[in-house]
Amino acid sequence: MEIVPEITKRSITNLAANDKREDGRELDEYRDISIETDVISKAEGSARVKIGGTQVIVGIKPQIGSPFPDTPELGVLMTNCEMLPMADPTFEPGPPSDDSIELARVVDRGIRESELVDLDKLCIEEGKHVWMLFIDLHIIDNCGNLFDACELAVMAALKSTKLPVTSIVDEEVVLSDDETFDLPINNELALCTFVKIGDKMVIDPTLDEEKVASARLNVGVTKDGHICSMQKGGKEPLTKDDILFAVNLAVSKTKELVEYL
Amino acid sequence: MIYVENKDLVIPGQLLADEEYYSGRGTFKENGKVCSSLMGLVSLRNKKIRVIPLKSKYVPKKGDVVIGKINDVRFSMWDVDINSPYSGILPAFEVFGREKKELNKVYDVGDVLFLRVVDVDEIKKAKLGLKGRGMGKFKGGIIVEIAPTKVPRLIGKKGSMINMIKDKTNCKIVVGQNGLVWVKGKPEMEQLTKNIINLIESEAHTSGLTNKIKNELYLAIDGELPPEETEEEFVLEKPKLQNFKEELEQEEELEEEKNNKPDIGEVIEEFKRKNKNKDNTLSYGDNSNNSFILNNK
Amino acid sequence: MMSEMIREDGRKFNELRPIKIEAGVLERADGSAYLEVGGNKILVAVYGPRESYIRRLLEPNTGVIRCRYNMAPFSVDDRKRPGPDRRSSEISKITADALRPALMLENYPRSMVDVYIEVIEAEGGTRCAGITAASVALVDAGIPMKDIVVGCAAGKVNDEIVLDLSEVEDKEGQADVPIAMMPRTGEITLLQSDGDLTEDEFAKAIDLAMEGCIEVNKLQKEALMKKYSIE
Repeated sequence: MEIVPEITKRSITNLAANDKREDGRELDEYRDISIETDVISKAEGSARVKIGGTQVIVGIKPQIGSPFPDTPELGVLMTNCEMLPMADPTFEPGPPSDDSIELARVVDRGIRESELVDLDKLCIEEGKHVWMLFIDLHIIDNCGNLFDACELAVMAALKSTKLPVTSIVDEEVVLSDDETFDLPINNELALCTFVKIGDKMVIDPTLDEEKVASARLNVGVTKDGHICSMQKGGKEPLTKDDILFAVNLAVSKTKELVEYL
Repeated sequence: MIYVENKDLVIPGQLLADEEYYSGRGTFKENGKVCSSLMGLVSLRNKKIRVIPLKSKYVPKKGDVVIGKINDVRFSMWDVDINSPYSGILPAFEVFGREKKELNKVYDVGDVLFLRVVDVDEIKKAKLGLKGRGMGKFKGGIIVEIAPTKVPRLIGKKGSMINMIKDKTNCKIVVGQNGLVWVKGKPEMEQLTKNIINLIESEAHTSGLTNKIKNELYLAIDGELPPEETEEEFVLEKPKLQNFKEELEQEEELEEEKNNKPDIGEVIEEFKRKNKNKDNTLSYGDNSNNSFILNNK
Repeated sequence: MMSEMIREDGRKFNELRPIKIEAGVLERADGSAYLEVGGNKILVAVYGPRESYIRRLLEPNTGVIRCRYNMAPFSVDDRKRPGPDRRSSEISKITADALRPALMLENYPRSMVDVYIEVIEAEGGTRCAGITAASVALVDAGIPMKDIVVGCAAGKVNDEIVLDLSEVEDKEGQADVPIAMMPRTGEITLLQSDGDLTEDEFAKAIDLAMEGCIEVNKLQKEALMKKYSIE
């Protein structure tokens, strides 16, 4: 456990109380965001996202597999996240930590519940063969707010994903060598993460702000303003007003964020 | 024979000089040749070559003054994080003498202290103490972290750099030799000072830094460059690194007078935007193919 | 005779793939580097010297190095399951062995230097590329070293000894000899060989790989100088 100096806690809390932050941003302002797609030629879809100093890479690899028995006509999405020890001195090598699993599941929930990937179109032969997409998130530099960076990265990578055209020959799936199709995407989404510092809800927290914060709230919103996923984290409670404030802000911020895609 | 000049940037393994030269810190001698063991700047004095590293972890030395954070309170000592591969301990004895007191009532986990390294044992664990002016717990302010090797640059010749920053920002500044810096002043000035310190760190190996920083300070605070006649290096009486408590008291008396100064928030905003960290973008994925092929002769 | 041969990707027998190296690319790590060679993309972070809870790994009179070589699931054609396997564990070990001779950690007893090598994309020769990038990251972290270790491979393809095998050449070729060396003294810190070589061919391969190392070392130095020189 890393101990945050008392004076850092107090200084960040005092700044927030005066609607200020240590890096000079407004409480509702993101750091600089950059998105690049197709950064890995061996992946069918990929992206690298930076929010301030935070940096994540995502690669999407497809495999042909069997559908789940209860959804024989739908493709499958799987999201995995590796919080690499290179990204932060406190991250340890080894199987995914609870934090890493929560991160992957929150990111996955937004994609899944917004139904922005047309899973019908990932069916090759009903009940037998479907596309399974493995979405692998690689956290390479942690300067706070991994959630929003990961969601943007997955969103950008999905939009860039191309799959080979398939055909069925003698009950076997045959992949085309040269023909591909774009992964069918019918919406866009972004995740807005807030932390509570003192009485204030602060968007896109830095690492210090995350450490000082009493609670966290992730709000996933689609481009058209629908809330599709939420998660409350952190040790302390939030009030209903905190939550409604965050949701309201997330709806307008999402419009800014999807502009980067 | 010498192969480098003073202040040259060198890298590990680089040949610096032949055997008539002495191998100082940051160098080693192998088969009569003096080579660098670090990435850093050459410092040449008479026949002795040293390399001052650009980056290096702090290793505690007896007599150093450091800033540490209480990580744990134990039966008769505090565990102190001193921003080093080696942790420090502050024995209760160093604080209370023979008196018995509850340790966490005095310093608790998360407190930040100004300390002196009393002793270092054979496994580099540092025994810390509070004897000396201004030693003890910091109240308020912020902590800025820089590479310990940049500390002399931040202080400047005879304290010229640090005193210039103190005078211009009206902040109390205490520098630990372990690379932690404590800054206390008005919140906006604390943040401005932090940015200035970070700027000094990132440009520590460049020349003309004092003037550059002076310009940045004047521009951020007064909105204009300093007057011509002060163009020369600031030289002030003496480094007042450790007098911060007295200065703090004086400062507090003067506080009210200064409260009617204009809000400089906007100025700081602009300063920050100008001095955003340089983008060290990973360069893959950019479509310009500036890769090159190497041909062996 | 040999110099006339052109390889599948158009290179001459003694030609390296295009290389790009950058130092100091990450914020949090104490040191970092990014390297591309051919289709390989490698990112390395260094932390330390620092304390470690794993007491048994520490030594009383010097610091120690630990490496972790890891391939991203999306770095290869068929998705690789995340986490270590036998191959990556072996590479992690020999990478630490390759870097250790250059390190001067006597001033940091009982401390640990962690080197994290992430293969973002793989196209043959990742272990050498990892070592080359790791050395740059170690320098960037301010770790004292006697030299900058550099890696490069030579091998045998179509009965010819060639430099820096691509993925295809590695798969279809007859032998692969990855080495790492300290360029100042020419000492070898990593050597593997798999495949079939005569004694003469092996001697040629090692000479060629060492020449390759010298070339790559120039780029390591350039990358470091570029990062810290005054604009």
